[in-house]
Order: sequence, then C-alpha cells, then structure tokens
Amino acid sequence: MTRIIDAKLITDKIKDLFIKANTCLRPDILAGLKKARKNEAKEKSKYALDIIIKNAFIAKKKMLAICQDTGMAVVYLKAGQSLIVKGNLKKAVAKGAALAYKKGYFRSSVVDDPLIRKNTNTNLPPIIYTDIVPGNKINIKVVAKGFGCENVSKIRMFRPTDPVSSIEDFVVNTVKEAGSRPCPPVYIGIGMGGTLDKAVSLSREAIFRPLGKGSKDKHIARLEKSILKKVNNLRIGPAGVGGNTTALGVSILTYPTHIAGLPVSVNISCHATRTAEATI
Amino acid sequence: MRKIFLPLTKDIIKTLKQGEMVLLSGRVLTARDAAHKRLSDALKAGKIIPVVLKGETIYYVGPTPRRKSEAIGSCGPTTSSRMDPFTPLLLKHGLTGMIGKGERSKEVNLAIKKHKAVYFITIGGAGAYLSEKVKSAKIIAYKDLGPEAIYRLEIKDFPAIAEVL
Repeated sequence: MTRIIDAKLITDKIKDLFIKANTCLRPDILAGLKKARKNEAKEKSKYALDIIIKNAFIAKKKMLAICQDTGMAVVYLKAGQSLIVKGNLKKAVAKGAALAYKKGYFRSSVVDDPLIRKNTNTNLPPIIYTDIVPGNKINIKVVAKGFGCENVSKIRMFRPTDPVSSIEDFVVNTVKEAGSRPCPPVYIGIGMGGTLDKAVSLSREAIFRPLGKGSKDKHIARLEKSILKKVNNLRIGPAGVGGNTTALGVSILTYPTHIAGLPVSVNISCHATRTAEATI
Repeated sequence: MRKIFLPLTKDIIKTLKQGEMVLLSGRVLTARDAAHKRLSDALKAGKIIPVVLKGETIYYVGPTPRRKSEAIGSCGPTTSSRMDPFTPLLLKHGLTGMIGKGERSKEVNLAIKKHKAVYFITIGGAGAYLSEKVKSAKIIAYKDLGPEAIYRLEIKDFPAIAEVL
C-alpha cells in the first residue's frame, strides 16, 4: 500500500544517524576490541588497545567525535517503491548531514573541488546512493569514513582463471602496504564480482555486517577466515605497534560477474568503523 | 613511563630510544596538508613564514570544532606520510619534532637522522582520548584554512612512541 512521509522525517533521521555513528562506537566493534585486548601479550599492544577502548567510552560520554576525521557523509537509501516522500529527498538528506556535523561539532572535511580545494565549511555535499526495493519503507544507512583508511583501499581486476590464493595475496599485501596508516586493528570489507564500481560498492556495504558474523556462503566464510588469519600474521598490531591483532574481521560480499572478469575491491575500515542504520 | 618536556632539545633527543613509550608535555604547533604546502611554498620563495620552526614540534592534526566547555575537539593524529614531500625542508629550517601516525618515507627518515630530530607516533583514531591531553588550543596562523589552520597547543602527558630518531 502506498505510504506518504514528509522529507523532514528523513532529515531528522539522517541527523541522528550521523551523530550516533560518529560518537557511539558500534557494539560489535567495541566487543571485538575488548576480545583483541585479551588476545594481546605485548605491553605496547595492550597499551594501544586500552587507549582505543577508553577513547570509545570518552566519546560516548562526552558526545565527542570518536575520531577527528568525521569523514565525508555517505548515505545509502533503499527506498520502497510504494513510498512517496513529500518534499525534496536529496535536499532532505543533505540538510540532515549538515545539521549532524554542525550540532555534533564534527569536522568539515570536504573541499569544493578536488584541485582548487576550498573547504565548503558544511561538510556538504554528501554522497548518496539510492536503490529501489519492494515495499513502502525506506532503509537508511550512513557511513562516516575517515580518509586514513580510505586512502589505502584498493581495487584490482583479476583474471577469471586466477587462483583464489592470488586474491588472498592481494588483500594481505594491501593491508601490509597500508601498515599503520589506516589505524589498525582494521575491519576489512571486500567486494568480489559485478563490475568495477559494483565491487567497490559491495566492499563498502560489507563493513555494515556485524563483526564476527561470517558470510552465509560456506566457501566465502572459509575465505574470510583464511584471509583474517593471514592478515593477523602480518603482526602490524594495534596502532601499528606490533601484536596479534592487525584486523578485527573480514567481511566479503559477492555478486555475479562477467565471464571475462573477477573484480576484487578491498575497503579497509579503521578500528573506529562508524556506521549507523535505521528503517522508517 | 618517562615524561618528556617540550620544546625538545638535542640533549633530550639523545636520551630517547627507538620504540620508547613516553608522555609529552609542553607546546606544539599543529599543521597538516594545506598548511605544509603553504609553509613550504613560502620558504622556497624566500618569504617569512608566520611561525618559528627552530626547536619546534609539529603535531599532524586537524581537530573537530571545540565545545565551549572543552579546550579542543577530537584531535587524533593524521597520516604523516602525506607530509613527507615537505618534511625535509621544514627540518632544514629547524623543525625538531613531529607527532603523527604511520610510516615515513626513506628520505624523511634520513633527514630526521641528519638533523637529529625525532618522529613520534601516537594512537590513531583515539581523538576523543587525546583531546583530554590538550590543555589549550589557539589558532596562530592560516585561519582561513579552517580545520587545517596552524594552532598552538599546550599538551600534558600526551602518549607517544619515539619511532624515528
């Protein structure tokens, strides 16, 4: 049945989600950090994790940004085809993001042009992805991703005949080259299949999956475990000081692809993985 | 953990060991990408820059806006390697310490040794925690750069590891 909502509802929700994402660390990530703390032996690794865990508590208590890099505002909308939004949906999203960054005291990290580079001072514009789904609801996901980890993310177009081990090597080498830049322990999102852009998109969505909840596909779940083990053998450790935990988890999403290709995107997300989600 | 007071001197740096965990207290400047480019362009053109680099420590950070009740907003380190193209020149002009996160280039590591300077790392992504280690913050140059302006910070017991010296 057709449902009508006011665009203001979207604005309010987007605002709340960005404030939540930037100040309240996801419970699954916090649990992962605490588990990692128990698994570390070296003083320095424990010290780094203690600070990272304390940081989450301070941020939540003071409503302060978990990390000063509060990211570009990325929004995923899955809109039901029977939903009518009264007003301007894109403007409503932008307004919600702008309000969150102002009221949350988050950093304006966006420049108006990639070459001229003048700060927009509003953190606008956001990046909006939309998808049409059955139903009359709208699912909203937001990501505030810092660029420390964004800058070390990668994509490679594999041959369809390349062995799976070469994909594992690609992921492990990407993490190795990144070193301590992306703020380990990281959460690794991987997108496999589709097209160049689809693989990247999947690798972003992959980090929404709760940490520790493996893929439903058995062969993919096995691959996730294998990559996680290899990545942790790198011993980059928390904050790059060495140790057992370089990554908290690996999440792979797949999509059918072309007979001639096998795109693989690696989206590295820092220990302050900031996402939030709601359905209206 | 040993407490180190800033400004750094060559004598203090001599006592530091690679990998040593320390707590830093004293004055630092902040600068990141855009401020580095401006400083570097001005120095190359032989112009006067708005800060004195001699003996100074730069913290690579672009904080979030502060609430009135706080000295500063969230203020963790940004990736140091983006400053690599500018660092040797700043070291030549007297820069003595740097605080950031991540590895530096070979060229920067050599320049740090040559100038008997030090590069500290701190905990990336711990901006809220580190904000409690900053006692005051004041913009002193390039205000138009917003979060990339140069601040003067007073820090106390700021956790760091001597990474390159």
